[in-house]
Amino acid sequence: MCLAVPMQILSIDGETGVVEISGVKRNVGLQMIKDPRPGDYIIVHAGFAIQKLDEEEALETIALFREMEGLG
Amino acid sequence: MMHENITLAHGGGGRLSRQLTEELFLPILGNRYLLQLNDSAVVEPGEGAAAFTTDAFVVDPVFFPGGDIGRLAVCGTVNDLAVMGALPRYLSAAFILEEGYPLADLRRIVRSMKDTADEAEVTIVTGDTKVVPRGAADSIFITTAGIGYMNPGMPVSAGRAHPGDAVIISGPVGRHGMAIMTSREGLGFSSTIESDVAPLNRLTAAMLEVTGDIHVMRDATRGGLATVLNEIASQAACDIILEERSVPVTEAVRGACELLGFDPLYVANEGVLVACAAADAAGALLEAMRGQTYGTEAVIAGRVGNSGSGRVVLETEMGSRRVLDMLSGEQLPRIC
Amino acid sequence: MKYIDEFRSGKAAGRLKEEIAAAAAGRPMTFMEVCGTHTMSIARNGIREMLPAGMRLISGPGCPVCVTPNGTIDHAVALARHPGIIIATFGDMVKVPGSTSSLGQERAAGRSVRVVASTLDALELARNNPEMQVVFIGVGFETTAPTIAASIITAEQENLNNYSVLSAHKVVPPAMELLCRGRVAIDGFLCPGHVSAVIGSSPYRPIAEEHGIACVIGGFEGLDILQSIAMLARQVAGGDSRVEIQYRRVVRPEGNPAAVALMEKVFRPVDSVWRGIGMITASGLVMRDAYRRYDAAVRFPVTVEETKEAAGCICGSVLQGISDPRECPLFGDGCLPETPVGPCMVSSEGACAAAFRYRVSRRADIGQMHDA
Repeated sequence: MCLAVPMQILSIDGETGVVEISGVKRNVGLQMIKDPRPGDYIIVHAGFAIQKLDEEEALETIALFREMEGLG
Repeated sequence: MMHENITLAHGGGGRLSRQLTEELFLPILGNRYLLQLNDSAVVEPGEGAAAFTTDAFVVDPVFFPGGDIGRLAVCGTVNDLAVMGALPRYLSAAFILEEGYPLADLRRIVRSMKDTADEAEVTIVTGDTKVVPRGAADSIFITTAGIGYMNPGMPVSAGRAHPGDAVIISGPVGRHGMAIMTSREGLGFSSTIESDVAPLNRLTAAMLEVTGDIHVMRDATRGGLATVLNEIASQAACDIILEERSVPVTEAVRGACELLGFDPLYVANEGVLVACAAADAAGALLEAMRGQTYGTEAVIAGRVGNSGSGRVVLETEMGSRRVLDMLSGEQLPRIC
Repeated sequence: MKYIDEFRSGKAAGRLKEEIAAAAAGRPMTFMEVCGTHTMSIARNGIREMLPAGMRLISGPGCPVCVTPNGTIDHAVALARHPGIIIATFGDMVKVPGSTSSLGQERAAGRSVRVVASTLDALELARNNPEMQVVFIGVGFETTAPTIAASIITAEQENLNNYSVLSAHKVVPPAMELLCRGRVAIDGFLCPGHVSAVIGSSPYRPIAEEHGIACVIGGFEGLDILQSIAMLARQVAGGDSRVEIQYRRVVRPEGNPAAVALMEKVFRPVDSVWRGIGMITASGLVMRDAYRRYDAAVRFPVTVEETKEAAGCICGSVLQGISDPRECPLFGDGCLPETPVGPCMVSSEGACAAAFRYRVSRRADIGQMHDA
């Protein structure tokens, strides 16, 4: 349905941003993001950012899974 | 003075064909075989039996990060000979050029073929050029063929994998396919990924020197690692178990595959070989490979199971298992 | 890869596998993953093999490849044959069969069909080929539709008059509602993570509250999917049915209003045919009148061949887990991975494609693979 990947904004020019994952760069449309800033992580689908990644929530989920590693 | 671009006349066999040979091909590739300008090259026999192969090369774009169609055309044939355990020696090169193709690009490609041939210590002894009207071919196609000589003492290595063999991969997978994909015009990407295109004959020579227990060697080109493993598994009628965690993939290739929805196990390589060798010989083999330019990141990534229906089973990062199929259809950028 | 690899490590998988088994406690449960990207990730991570006996995970109609009907492909093929048109399409659609052809076959016949990774690339194609008309095949759900709406607004701003879209978009909730009324008891939906990033969690509330089906919006990495299944199993075991968000790092209850606004500015709902299922009311999108000139169906009135649907295709009931692929008369006979008919074979990880791949080996289940 929708392959989308977390990428980091490197620079912004109007409604377009240069984003990157592991050194692979691409221009993406930022029309759907409220005040995007370089350094933000965004979810990119078909060349557009569809949502900002909430880093706090991400780190919380990661911590939960790390904790499970101990019990598994 | 030479034209700027290839014309139909360059393929006609007349004065312009001769000029192309004398002012472009010979100055770059010149050797005693080619200089005779005969219809065939007569080459010396080797001690062992001769191995002979051919391959056609069409790639878009023609120049890509890490290489070009010229280097690809030499490496493809050299590697097909090398993985048979043969010592590559002589190559032919036939060009089909589209009318209007820039001569400067052709010169750059032929020079790249010469550099690669020198690196692989092979000689391009014969060749041909044809020109087709604009639109009848996409800029340049190259077909190369090659002769190499088997080492009389060494068994032909294109045998069968044996149960219990270690599955060895010579380096990171997916670099050629993703170098092409991320530099293809109209796909809006840029990356640092470079093709792995390289001649592997010195690597295979070093491997054969250290052990006679290599049961299979194959270069993992189109269809990627998963496809060549399926071919090996079905030939041997044994299952192959591959550990996803052990397969080397560079960060940049992983990122590009995530973005395009590709699986790196199915992406093309042009400088990676797969070997199945007796488990007790694997350690020494790995050490020898890591001493070679194109084997520094060689790893044991799996094992040949007992007899079975000849499938490839992947042990996933999640600790589960799934069947790894042959590639069906082409991998294209997808959204789902 | 940041914020991807951390959700793939196998160590926590063992723990989640135990949690799922504990929550299910041997009770049979049937979950449906609606999204094709979930289907692919479940297959690639071998998730089904990690589930307890009695727990079934069935694949819903969740990818543009498998839901797009023959008629739409025939329309795209007719446009590809129209002089002066370049078809731009996501790679997914190249192999999808229509009644007699496909975009892949048209490309082989010399027609101009270009694969792109984004409408941004399609717009670039239009700018670089002013003498040609670029038609983008607009497929996808609520995640993709806003990106295509954005391209139409850009074309309008630049008054780029050689760009148009064949709108074949679908929306998810109406299809899920229909599946709720299906004969099979779906205990829970693994809801599409990225569609929900756009539409939020409220559209699933009627499914949970009126139909009593557990809903968990899940991410796409291995651990996300396992955690989502554990949450579904806990809801069902507790006799509960509500909408939960596992994929909290991306999905907010309100979704992304800016994306929804963009989609609704250009498109309006319309009844739409789903391959193997048929017509579902208000389940498609078409351009609003203000943007009709960007509708390729309006701009290029082409005659589309008479749609032929293979009789006997039972994908509708395979999709709902009512029938097994092998019960279909076409399975392996006319309907093959290379010549797929229904959605479950068109999608490379659809129920029929997966069953076809494994039918060769009647041997022991993978689990008992003899090891060296």
